[in-house]
Amino acid sequence: MDFALTPDQEAVREAVARICRRFDDAYWLAHDRDGIFPHELLQALAADGWLGICIPEEYGGSGLGITEAAIMMQAVAQSGAAMSGASAIHMNIFGLNPVVKFGTDAQKHRMLPPLVAGREQACFGVTEPDAGLDTTRLKTRAEKHGDRYVVHGQKIWTSTAQVAHKILLLARTTPIERVGRKTEGLSLFYTTLDRSRAEVRAIDKMGRKAVDSNQVFFDGMEIPEEDRIGEEGRGFEYILHGLNPERILIAAEAVGVGLVALERATAYARERVVFGRPIGQNQGIQHPLAESWMELEAARLMVMNAAWHYDTGRPAGAAANAAKYLAAEAGFKACTAAVMTHGGFGYAKEYHVERYLREIIIPRLAPVSPQLVLCYIAERVLGLPRSY
Amino acid sequence: MKILVPVKRVVDYNVKVRVKADGTGVETSGVKMSMNPFDEIAVEEAVRLKEKGVATEIVAISMGVAACAETIRTALAMGADRGILVESDADLQPLAVAKLLKAIADKEQPGLIILGKQAIDDDMSATGQMLAALLGWAQGTFASKVVVEGDHALVTREVDGGLETVKLALPAIVTTDLRLNEPRYASLPNIMKARKKPIETIKPADLGVDPAPRLTVLKVVEPAKRQAGVKVGSVAELVAKLRTEAKVI
Ligand SMILES: Cc1cc2nc3c(=O)[nH]c(=O)nc-3n(C[C@H](O)[C@H](O)[C@H](O)COP(=O)(O)OP(=O)(O)OC[C@H]3O[C@@H](n4cnc5c(N)ncnc54)[C@H](O)[C@@H]3O)c2cc1C
Repeated sequence: MDFALTPDQEAVREAVARICRRFDDAYWLAHDRDGIFPHELLQALAADGWLGICIPEEYGGSGLGITEAAIMMQAVAQSGAAMSGASAIHMNIFGLNPVVKFGTDAQKHRMLPPLVAGREQACFGVTEPDAGLDTTRLKTRAEKHGDRYVVHGQKIWTSTAQVAHKILLLARTTPIERVGRKTEGLSLFYTTLDRSRAEVRAIDKMGRKAVDSNQVFFDGMEIPEEDRIGEEGRGFEYILHGLNPERILIAAEAVGVGLVALERATAYARERVVFGRPIGQNQGIQHPLAESWMELEAARLMVMNAAWHYDTGRPAGAAANAAKYLAAEAGFKACTAAVMTHGGFGYAKEYHVERYLREIIIPRLAPVSPQLVLCYIAERVLGLPRSY
Repeated sequence: MKILVPVKRVVDYNVKVRVKADGTGVETSGVKMSMNPFDEIAVEEAVRLKEKGVATEIVAISMGVAACAETIRTALAMGADRGILVESDADLQPLAVAKLLKAIADKEQPGLIILGKQAIDDDMSATGQMLAALLGWAQGTFASKVVVEGDHALVTREVDGGLETVKLALPAIVTTDLRLNEPRYASLPNIMKARKKPIETIKPADLGVDPAPRLTVLKVVEPAKRQAGVKVGSVAELVAKLRTEAKVI
C-alpha cells in the first residue's frame, strides 16, 4: 500500500495551485461582494487544459482518473478560492460523465470539446422543489412530438444556470403511473438552455455569491431528439453512474476549504499576541486546530480511498458516501474553529474565514444530505432495513 | 541548434531547512524537493528559444539519485524534448558535475548550454564557469537577457554599475539570473506528453568521469539565533547604548 502521491499527481497539484495563486484573497472577496462569476479562473484553467482532466483524450481531454481530478479540486478550493472557485468549474470537470459513458460517438464529439476548451458552460438540472431527495418523484416532463421533446416543469438549485449555455436535464418521459418501477421512465438530455422558453431566476443565498443557483421554469422548451443521452426512459440509471465521482469531488473540495481555513487560523494564532503571548501558545486554541488537522487528514485519505475504488472499477458507493460525509463535517468544524480562533476578527470579511464558513455549508447539504448518507451506510453496508 | 539544460533537484524554496542532528548536512528525507528555481528559468529560456525557431532540440540533464528523474520530468513538461539522468549516490560537487556535463557536451555537440547561475541549496555559483573553462567556450553569466543572432549570442548581465552586454561566439555557456524571464506553468496536456518523452539513464563511469568529492564538509550548523531586541526610551539612551554597550560610536 502506497500512500504517497505519484510524481504526476504532485505535478497536477503543483500546476493547479500555481494557476490559482493568481486569484488572490482580494479577487474572491470582490466576487463574493458583487456576485460576478469567476470567468477568469475558468478561462485560466481551460487555457492550460485542466478542465479536460478526466475527459477521454479523443475528445480533447487528458483521460486521467477521479483520483487526479480530486487532487485538482482540492488544490482549487485550498487556494482560498473555496467553493466559489470549485463550483465554478465543477460541472466542466465531471458533469458530463453520463455523456462520456452513454453518449454516441457523434454526441461526444459535439458535446465534450467545447466544455473542455471553456467555450461552453453547462448546468445540471435534477433537483425539484416538490421532489427533494426523492428524485424519482420529479415532475418535469418531456413530451415527444415527432423528432423533438417539449419540456414543461420546474427545477430548483440549478447552479450556474445564469452563465450556462447548456443543461444536463433529467425529466420524465413516461408518467410514473405507466412504469413498472418508479426509477424507469426518466430520460436524460444534454441540450441548449433556450432562454426564450426557460426562465432562470437566481436564488438569494447564504454564500458562494459568485456562483449562482437558480429556479428554472420550463415553458415548452424544445429538445431535438439527438440531444437525448442513451435510451429513452433510462436516465435515472445513467445519472446514478455519476453520483459516486461527484461525491468524491465535492468531498475533495470540502477538504480543501477546511485546510485553507486551518492554514489561516494557524497563521493567525501564531501572530496574534494577547496577554503577552501568541494566542496559539494556549492549548485551548491549539487543540481544536490540531483536532481539525486530524479529521481533515482522515477525510482526505477516505477521499483518496474512494477515488481508488472508482478508478480501479471497484464498487465505490460506501467509500464515496463516507468521504463526502466525513469531509464536509471535518471541513465545517475546521471553518468554525478558524472563525473562533480569529476572535472578533473572524467575523470581519477581510479575514476571509467567515466566507469559508458560509461556503462549507454547501458540501454538507448537497448533492446529498448527511442524513441520507447515514441511511445509505446503515442499509447498504450494515444491512439494516431501509428506513425511507 | 541543440540546447542542453542541466536541472538540479533541491529542497523546495518554500521549505524551512533543518540541519541534521549529526551536523553533516541539512535534512532532506521527507522534505519537499523541487527543481532549482534558477534552472526553471534556464528551461524557460531554452523553450522560448525553441518557440522562436532558434533552437531545434532541448535536452534536460539531471545528476544524482534516481528521484532526479522527477526533476527532468518537470523540465519535459515545460517543453524540453528528452532527458538524460546521470545516476549516482555520490555527493556531486560542482567540479564533478562540470566534468560530467563536459563529457555529455562532447557527445551531444550543443550550440548552447543554459544553466542556473547557482543552486539554492549550496549557493556555489561555480558549475557554469567551470564547465566553460573545461570546454574552452565563451560564457555569459548572470544573464538578464539572451539574444541569439547567427553564430553568436548577446548576453546582457546585471553588474554593479548597471547592465553589461557581452557578445559570445557559439557554442557558449549562459547562466541565468532571476530577471531573465518568468517560468511558465506546465499545462495538463504537456504533463501528459512529458510522460512519453524519453529519459536515458547512465552512470558517471559511462562518461569516464570519477565523481568523487574533492571538498570535505567539516560541519553544518544552524545560523545563530537572533537575540531579542530592547526598546529605548529616548534618543539620548540610544546614543548612550551605542557608545557603551555596542561600542560602535
Ligand atoms: C448551493 C447549492 C447548489 C446546488 N446545486 C444543484 C445543482 O446544480 N443541480 C441540482 O440538481 N441540485 C442542486 N442542489 C440541490 C441539492 O442537491 C439538494 O438541495 C439536496 O439534494 C437536498 O434536497 P432538498 O433541498 O430538496 O432537501 P429535502 O429532500 O427537502 O430534505 C430536507 C431535509 O430532510 C432530510 N430528510 C429527507 N428525507 C429524510 C429521511 N427519509 N430520513 C432522514 N432525513 C430525511 C434531509 O436529509 C434534509 O436534511 C444544490 C443545493 C445547494 C444548496
